[in-house]
Amino acid sequence: MLDVQGVEKRFRSGADEVLALAGIDLHLDRGDFLTVIGSNGAGKSTLLHVICGVLLPTTGRVRLGGVDVTCAPAYRRARRISRIVQDPMKGTAPSMTVAENLALASKRRGRTLRPAISRRRRAAFVDRLSDLGVDLTTRLDDPVSTLSGGERQALAVAMATLSCPDLLLLDEHTAALDPKNAERIVELTRAFVEESGLTTIMVTHNMDQAIELGNRLAMMHKGQFVHEVRDEAKRRARVCDLVELFSRRHVADDELLLDPA
Amino acid sequence: MGSILIHAAEQGFAYGIAALGVFITFRILRFPDLTVDGSFVTGAAIASSLLTSMGVDPFLALAVAFGAGCVAGAVTGLLHTRLGITDLLAGVLSMIMLYSINLRIMGKPNISLLRVTTLSDVVEKALSPLGAVALLVVLAGLTFLIKLVLDAFFRTEFGLALRATGDNEAMIVSQGVNTKSMKVFGLALSNGLVAMSGALVAQYSGFADVGMGVGTIVTGLAAVIVGGSLIRSRRIGWMTASVLVGSLIYRVAVMFALRYGYLIGFQASDLKLVTSLIVIVALVIPTVRERLMRKVGSC
Ligand SMILES: Nc1ncnc2c1ncn2[C@@H]1O[C@H](COP(=O)(O)OP(=O)(O)OP(=O)(O)O)[C@@H](O)[C@H]1O
Ligand SMILES: [Mg+2]
Repeated sequence: MLDVQGVEKRFRSGADEVLALAGIDLHLDRGDFLTVIGSNGAGKSTLLHVICGVLLPTTGRVRLGGVDVTCAPAYRRARRISRIVQDPMKGTAPSMTVAENLALASKRRGRTLRPAISRRRRAAFVDRLSDLGVDLTTRLDDPVSTLSGGERQALAVAMATLSCPDLLLLDEHTAALDPKNAERIVELTRAFVEESGLTTIMVTHNMDQAIELGNRLAMMHKGQFVHEVRDEAKRRARVCDLVELFSRRHVADDELLLDPA
Repeated sequence: MGSILIHAAEQGFAYGIAALGVFITFRILRFPDLTVDGSFVTGAAIASSLLTSMGVDPFLALAVAFGAGCVAGAVTGLLHTRLGITDLLAGVLSMIMLYSINLRIMGKPNISLLRVTTLSDVVEKALSPLGAVALLVVLAGLTFLIKLVLDAFFRTEFGLALRATGDNEAMIVSQGVNTKSMKVFGLALSNGLVAMSGALVAQYSGFADVGMGVGTIVTGLAAVIVGGSLIRSRRIGWMTASVLVGSLIYRVAVMFALRYGYLIGFQASDLKLVTSLIVIVALVIPTVRERLMRKVGSC
């Protein structure tokens, strides 16, 4: 389904070069649900950006369903990849209405001169929102800017899943929400992914979430995958193990830093 | 007085089409497009040349002007999206290039249309029973028709994607829209309307002049801002209506200024200065209001 091979990403050049991705190899089968954890600056968002085409890798290839998409523009990959980002302001068009945002998301190609919001589509939106348990059906004609962050993120979930993508990328998509709303959005995500068997990558700082969701878990550090568990091993993983792994990494780095050589 | 008001309203509609063009770039795409100062004249120049040299139908001249404006807008869009020139500079470059091109089209800086059949002549003959308001009816009808077509367009799948391009570009890219093409398209549509308005104004006033486009962006903005502050709605139909209302109000205000302004020492040549000041004030009001509120709040 998704094949990332030897991807490196460097920002800037010369003295202040940043190696954000230092050789990433990743293979996801159809239906895989990978959760990714890692400290700030580990390169998690950069990896998702390279996959969806917002950033081009410095070296390496990205394949989607057997097709090399390394250089395909983001808008073209978006026909098959859905993405939800951390900031609720960024995933929706604020001055347009809820229904208009849903209409924008319900077709990813071949937009025509037909009215975007027909009566039938409105009904479909209402169905979809209530399927997802999102309480926005009475607010279809309100501008998104009048919604709360949690409501916007719920809308973003509805939009990301409306057109049945092949791959779903979630970048800390609950980080800006209060615990209760975060839980609801996670629940929404889980329900949808399970029901549709969608291939998914979810970046999170919440270890419980990372362990609870999905069949694979990977830890990123300094632009590399440093640890991965899946299936049975993942089910047995505990938060304390991960924390332990985490801190061992950091201790190792600190030692390197202190080393006079 | 009445006939002067009629003239002001006629101008309000004729220039209102250009204001709709400015609305598309400024409000919908959020692209400060200066091409319009050139493309307005391009429309006037093409229509005038067609009328004087080939005796083309006045309405057909409008359509050709629209097409030429589309090309001009597309050039700005391509300079920006494909060559990476900043939005303002891309517009300025197009505007300057158009200055030379417009002179080429016209062959001289000024073309008189007094001796050819213009749209005004055709309309006044065809609708003579309507008398003095014949032209107004046609201009209002034409402008309103364009408004309705735009409204319908902005509710289509494609039109919605265009609006989203200005509203949240990163988001609409992730919904599969090629925003570069969208910007080129939006700029083309906008400048097409502006050029059409130029062609109308030239036929209406009986001449085309290479300098007649100076400040099109500012008068367009004046209409967009004045109308937008009177009719505050996010619905596209009301937004386009507000632009036309703004254009009408602006033209009536100009009419009064030109007629009675001398009482306070106003000259016709001051018009662009005053218009720009109005736009500046309208643009800074929100900032000033916010600053005042903060001050009051913190004390
Ligand atoms: N546009 C950019 N220009 C320069 N450096 C960048 C850019 N984007 C990211 N980086 C750098 O790349 C590294 C990885 O950043 P990235 O955003 O992928 O981290 P992350 O794992 O998502 O972190 P967080 O948990 O804070 O979201 C960081 O060191 C960051 O400073
Ligand atoms: Mg990140």
